[in-house]
Amino acid sequence: MESPLTQNIRPDISPLNLPEYEKAGGYQGLRKALTQLAPDEVTALVLESNLRGRGGAGFSTGRKWSFVPMGDDAPRPKYLVINADEMEPGTFKDRLLMEGDPHQLIEGIIIAAYAVQAGIAYIFLRRAYVTAGQRLETAIKEAYAKGYLGQNILGSGFNLDLYLHVSAGRYICGEETALLNALEGKRAVPRAKPPFPPVVGLWGKPTAFNNVETICNVSHIIRLGPAWFRDLSHVPDGGSKIYGASGKVRRPGAWELPMGVTIREILEEHAGGMQDGLEVRAILPGGVSTDLLTAKHLDVRMDFNSMQEAGSRLGTGTMVVIDDRTCIVGLLSNLMHFFAQESCGWCTPCREGLAWTSRILKAIEQGQGKLEDIEHLKRHTRLITLGHTFCALAPGAMEPLQSALTYFEDDFRRHILERRCPWR
Amino acid sequence: MLTEQEEKDIEAVAGHYPLKKAAGIEALKIVQKHRGWVSDETLSHVADVLEMSPTELDAVATFYNFIFRRPVGRHIILVCDSVSCWIMGYDTIVNHLEKRLGIGFGETTVDGRFTLLPNVCLGACDRAPVMMIDEQLYGELDVEKIDKILASFE
Repeated sequence: MESPLTQNIRPDISPLNLPEYEKAGGYQGLRKALTQLAPDEVTALVLESNLRGRGGAGFSTGRKWSFVPMGDDAPRPKYLVINADEMEPGTFKDRLLMEGDPHQLIEGIIIAAYAVQAGIAYIFLRRAYVTAGQRLETAIKEAYAKGYLGQNILGSGFNLDLYLHVSAGRYICGEETALLNALEGKRAVPRAKPPFPPVVGLWGKPTAFNNVETICNVSHIIRLGPAWFRDLSHVPDGGSKIYGASGKVRRPGAWELPMGVTIREILEEHAGGMQDGLEVRAILPGGVSTDLLTAKHLDVRMDFNSMQEAGSRLGTGTMVVIDDRTCIVGLLSNLMHFFAQESCGWCTPCREGLAWTSRILKAIEQGQGKLEDIEHLKRHTRLITLGHTFCALAPGAMEPLQSALTYFEDDFRRHILERRCPWR
Repeated sequence: MLTEQEEKDIEAVAGHYPLKKAAGIEALKIVQKHRGWVSDETLSHVADVLEMSPTELDAVATFYNFIFRRPVGRHIILVCDSVSCWIMGYDTIVNHLEKRLGIGFGETTVDGRFTLLPNVCLGACDRAPVMMIDEQLYGELDVEKIDKILASFE
């Protein structure tokens, strides 16, 4: 099984420097793109590869790039922004890629910027990723020194400046329009859409926007072709995927596997199954903004469409496993505290609704809930939805709640009727 | 007043953006690195350099978790309170830290050594429960390990 994304990554060893990365085949994809392909041919190859965004939404990367205005009349400068603000609880895949092989990300960025003809690129990195930041800074310097960044890259006439922006900690910055405001030095509240960032983005200019893992795939697609990339996958979505597992499993971690492996394979073969004496009760498949699945769903494939059919989302693909001795109501109370705290406060359903939901959950968890609270919670899951809010934060918060109420309503009832947490 | 070095560093990072004020967060982190926190006076000087109003910069400063607008201890302890760490024993970790340090979240020890803060997912869920002290991440925490880590700061 090929694992292009992690082939150069060795745990506890410094990442490859530029000459080592080149020796391992690095920057050949860039050379091919800039010397043999026109920008729209690069986009066409990525489109053909069926690469879908790895940040959670799963939008076709090639299509996303095709929305950026091209040609001499296009507004300039155009920007490329890399979302490295990995703050989705339970998610630690982009950290692995940035710490383990920074040049792979940089090569992908240069190719992506060439495809949309962006002249300036920013990596928006969360502040807590200190090691990733240091390694990226070093790698960016090396790439400038070698002429892969700056003016007239590889004699192609293409120019690109790449900057690392280190944020200061706020979950909402991962929302793309909030991130644009953050980069402009404003409070990171989301913007109304449309217009969408590929047309009107950073400082009003066209802005392509991609996740770290997504971009790490690009150089391989260019070098080895879309058919090769599609063949890596068990399903029509192309490529491999960094999956992960945390919680009370035997071997928590992250692994590069074919897109579309089952939950069971990740949990049992790679994470080693549950710790002694514990059973799996539920799974947050791809971060905390995805619907819970249960032990009945272990044979569902972890790809965008299969997860949707099962009533959840692939999200970031790094699952949190919940065992039978962990209280589901306590879990939801933890999640909702997070969402309520991280609400940017810009729109009312999120600012007020999440705080209210969080208080209800806390009360139930502490044995002070009332039976009608369950109806209140259900009503919130129906009202706090896309279209009622500026961005996806609050609707995302409702996903684990609505599925918890679907699969585990009895847990909520027991807390209320017994006036205590039965799991303590 | 800002030092010459601070001004130089801020000007350098402001060059990454078409408008100076985009460097607000990075500028505040530069002064915070030297001073530990950002006072009203410092904030106002930074705003001058970035050609924006102090109010506008403060609206940005107060939005983020890692810009401190009040004095903090010499070391910042960030305890991950998100889902994986919660499953793996966050409660025990926090209770122990609070007992050992004699402070709660948002407080600083009397000797000024530590400030204790909760933090959202630190992105090391495979090593849960985790915390960060300053720029160093500590994983697979238990009570004994915390004692050892804290002792190394004494």
